[in-house]
Amino acid sequence: MTEEKNISNDELKELQELVLYRYGYDFSQYSKASFVRRVLRFFEVAGVASFYDFKYNLVNNKEFFAFFLENVTVNVTEMFRDPSFYRGLREKVLPALATYPVIKIWHAGCATGEEVFSMCILLEEAGLLSRSIIYATDINPKNLDQAKKGIIPLTAMKEYIQNYHLSGGRQDFSSYYTARYDNVLIKKELRKNIVFSQHNLVTDYAFNEFQLVLCRNVMIYFEKELQNRVMHLFYDSLPSGGYLALGIKESLLFTDVRWKFETVDAASKIFRRKT
Amino acid sequence: MGEEVNSGHIVVMGGSAGSYTPLVSVLKRLSPGFSIPIIIVLHRLRNVESEIDKLLSMALGRDKIKEPEDKENIQPGYIYLAPRNYHLLVEENGCFGLDYSELVDYSRPSINITMQSVASVYQENVTGVLLSGANSDGASGLLSVSRHGGTAIVQSPATCEYATMPQAALNINTKALILSPEKIAVVLNGLSAKI
Ligand SMILES: C[S@@+](CC[C@H](N)C(=O)[O-])C[C@H]1O[C@@H](n2cnc3c(N)ncnc32)[C@H](O)[C@@H]1O
Repeated sequence: MTEEKNISNDELKELQELVLYRYGYDFSQYSKASFVRRVLRFFEVAGVASFYDFKYNLVNNKEFFAFFLENVTVNVTEMFRDPSFYRGLREKVLPALATYPVIKIWHAGCATGEEVFSMCILLEEAGLLSRSIIYATDINPKNLDQAKKGIIPLTAMKEYIQNYHLSGGRQDFSSYYTARYDNVLIKKELRKNIVFSQHNLVTDYAFNEFQLVLCRNVMIYFEKELQNRVMHLFYDSLPSGGYLALGIKESLLFTDVRWKFETVDAASKIFRRKT
Repeated sequence: MGEEVNSGHIVVMGGSAGSYTPLVSVLKRLSPGFSIPIIIVLHRLRNVESEIDKLLSMALGRDKIKEPEDKENIQPGYIYLAPRNYHLLVEENGCFGLDYSELVDYSRPSINITMQSVASVYQENVTGVLLSGANSDGASGLLSVSRHGGTAIVQSPATCEYATMPQAALNINTKALILSPEKIAVVLNGLSAKI
């Protein structure tokens, strides 16, 4: 058995400072346990021989940094992950959204788009898609490029179909995509109201007002102080009565805006801005 | 920052197929005052809701059994159950962190990941326990517990419904104690008495 690899606290700090000063990305408030795992995983994937080797490449090679950025964030996602959450959206949120002439939704940290496509399916089934604009943002440009294609590996579909039905979906799921070799292509009509763009929750500001903001499984990678900053950003992006959806194991508890939200669905982590 | 670094003892247990019965058997035997936090990672379906926390509460007739939320502080007297479809990590400041990264050995939660994370933070103050299972998750995690100076225990293969998992751990770990569920409880109660 090989020794367990690790990176010291000093090296970690040096890495974060280098990335910040050279490239403008601030990872200093990412949760340490998972961030260190990502960095070590990157060392392996990129064949980094030593910390010195890593620093040298980072400073001198822009492509190397791009590859680092692609890999350092956790980019995993699923369609209709947590089916009960989507049921909550269908039953408790969409009827309220239906009262707006134009519906604006923001997926912050959309990864490769699976969550956004799931939302488009819900909107389509509720007859709301044509008057919705869905903003999908992520820190990671590689994810956005992938998301724009609307392509999903075929192997994942079996589980997604099951999730869809568990979420209360009644349609023939296969009508939402066409299969091509090992992939499926989500129908273009479903995706036409999505606007993809790069946005970094750590450093960028609110850019619009939305009736619904979703930020699921993104802030789990942030320390509490950064979570707090981002919650303020969401508060500023919502009108009174606007909805906020977090991941199933995330809470507002550690943030100072918690009093400014009421709970719509406790188990699904759907909240609503009070005033 | 500014928060206490948690240096108390902690127990981390992992199990897969056939682990529910021995798990209950261990937990049932814990003395009433047992207050060392216990983290349990069981393999379960990723997108299907199951209420193992409630099941365990009923089987053991106790409360303070829960799935932690992200950044929740680890507290004495609690039994924590890794939520489905996340890896469960612990942070140096004594709180949980959830991670939705790739499956590891086909599993999320992964026993290896949680055990490694716990071992790297709590060092020698860890007792790791691996129960019945039909795969090899947990072996390297338990080894990590040993390497950091903690105590590694596997359920004796003879008492396992599926011995693959404990056996895989034993194959790479010469320090692990091999115990029946009853004896595992005795060791855990012993920890509690020392503190
Ligand atoms: C685990 S994925 C979650 C995807 C999706 N929301 C879901 O729950 O299935 C986390 C995403 O957050 C993005 N992310 C991480 N840090 C970010 C930041 N500072 N600003 C915006 N997005 C970020 C990552 O690039 C990744 O795509």
